[in-house]
Amino acid sequence: MKNMSNYNSAAIEEFNGGIWVFCEQRQGKMMPTSFELISEGRKLADELGSKLYGLLLGSNVEGIAKELGGYGADGVYVCDSPLLENYTTDGYTKVICDVIREYKPEAMLIGATNIGRDLGPRCAARLHTGLCADCTHLDIDVPKYKDFLRSASTLAPAMIDSIKEDDRNLKMTRPAFGGHLMATIICPRFRPAMATVRPGVMKKAAFDQAKADACQIIKPNFSLTEADLDTQVVEVVKAAKKMVDLIGADVVVSVGRGISKDVEGGIKLAEELAEVLGGVVGGSRATIDSGWLSADHQVGQTGKTVHPKIYVALGISGAIQHKAGMQDSECIIAVNKNESAPIFEIADYGICGDLFKVTPLLIEAIKAAKAAK
Amino acid sequence: MKIIVCVKQVPDTSGKVAVNPDGTLNRASMAAITNPDDLNAVEAALVLKEQTGAEVIVVSMGPPPAEGMLREVMARGVDRAVLVSGREFGGSDTYATSQILAAAINKIGVGPEDIVMCGRQAIDGDTAQVGPQIAEKLGLPQVSYAAEIKKDGDTLTIKRMLEDGYMTIKVKTPCLITCIKELNNPRYMSVNGIFECYAKPYEIFDYNTLKDDPLIDPSTIGLKGSPTNIFKSFTPPQKGVGMMLEGADKATCDKLAGILAAKHMI
Repeated sequence: MKNMSNYNSAAIEEFNGGIWVFCEQRQGKMMPTSFELISEGRKLADELGSKLYGLLLGSNVEGIAKELGGYGADGVYVCDSPLLENYTTDGYTKVICDVIREYKPEAMLIGATNIGRDLGPRCAARLHTGLCADCTHLDIDVPKYKDFLRSASTLAPAMIDSIKEDDRNLKMTRPAFGGHLMATIICPRFRPAMATVRPGVMKKAAFDQAKADACQIIKPNFSLTEADLDTQVVEVVKAAKKMVDLIGADVVVSVGRGISKDVEGGIKLAEELAEVLGGVVGGSRATIDSGWLSADHQVGQTGKTVHPKIYVALGISGAIQHKAGMQDSECIIAVNKNESAPIFEIADYGICGDLFKVTPLLIEAIKAAKAAK
Repeated sequence: MKIIVCVKQVPDTSGKVAVNPDGTLNRASMAAITNPDDLNAVEAALVLKEQTGAEVIVVSMGPPPAEGMLREVMARGVDRAVLVSGREFGGSDTYATSQILAAAINKIGVGPEDIVMCGRQAIDGDTAQVGPQIAEKLGLPQVSYAAEIKKDGDTLTIKRMLEDGYMTIKVKTPCLITCIKELNNPRYMSVNGIFECYAKPYEIFDYNTLKDDPLIDPSTIGLKGSPTNIFKSFTPPQKGVGMMLEGADKATCDKLAGILAAKHMI
């Protein structure tokens, strides 16, 4: 057995190669989270007074690299090889670690997709550096971090004020224990500081064609052969059914355990309400675990984080793990039979009643209100 | 052939979770359970045991009371359990934890036919990092998010889930697999299993057991050896109280639709 670990011996000052974003593509198409992370990375690079680079691996992918410049990348490192066409842990880890050792970025962001969460820990273990999983907020400047704490924490003002302002580490904030606690993690002794970032959380910047045109393409030398690959991708299958786009939706109508007495009827009502509101249907963990909805519908700590304009919770009690995925929605409407359901604590508008009676009335009322406009 | 399964005892965060005034978790108030994804890994190992006669060994890092969980897992059919426990290991982040667990797995020994299995992620940290990091430390290929595992000789064919579909991956033993709930339905403890579990081999690996492994170094384990540190931890504020609409009839729904229209939300 080969031990591939190689300790990170370089001094952290040597890592001055800017902030990097691993830009995931699948079948030659950029994943939306790559644009989100480039947009966020731009802000961090500006805070640090540093440059921002994308890192793009694939086969014949150079053509999609410059678009990243339009969202803020100063340049993109493009590693192109037929062996990188499909994601493999072995191939991608080898190339990324080799390129990182050569160009020494200060920080590296990776989208927390199923691929990013496979790749990130493997790379961090090989590079001997720290990785924070599934981050929802990032800062470098302490004054900006303090502003974040003032609005997003229950810490005493005096405690926030006492944080020293000279810390230049990447401050990576993530939910823990199902969203009951938030933790801000730093990686003070090793570089690059690495974070996987939850898709859908960071906002995509406005696209700027001039910046895209000016984006520099860099082609690093790397070596990768068949012998480096211990896993073989036999096929890649796209789900036949169109996956629901919870993250991009303006309106999400979610159902919970409350539909149990008539699952099909409950889902149908949610679909009808989603249609009149121009949205999509989501579900709590209970509905996924019971097999009522497929996993792509799941909202919550272990599912997707959404912040739509309107979030309707039908028959969802509001366990903290669900709230973690939707509490930042602009307007939350909850319908639940139990008046002490925790969902009402965060709802902007609550109706205590049977969703099977209330939802049809709500559909009619919204249709009428829209017609009257 | 051996299958080594990593399991973790976690507080049950799906129910009510109590937070201390200082912002730490009140673990004493919560039930301790076996991490759900890890039970899928145990089940996958037991299925392979039925097919191949493999020996199934579970490894857990945690405090001594985790023995109870390990006995329960043995009552499901696991042959042997190892608890990795020591003051020196406390405060480890995922990097340091993977160093320690990899050393423990080295001590058990990974042969050419062997498989290491983990749950995808634990419900207390939700990081999904320790499995891949153990694989790196052991120099094993990894396949994460496994929803189907087929074994033919030394080749495993694994359905690896993606958000928008799946990949089929072939990998040879030895390798590490992380398992998701779609993989199987974990069996319950059997009555015989419960009788037998206290007679099955149970060992504790402490710092002295593992200290000769090059992975175990004070600079790479425990709180001090962890690359990441907690800068601050805090509880998020509760959102301001919203408006409960009286009644659950047509007038209530008309009122709500009116508010949404007035706010230009519909």
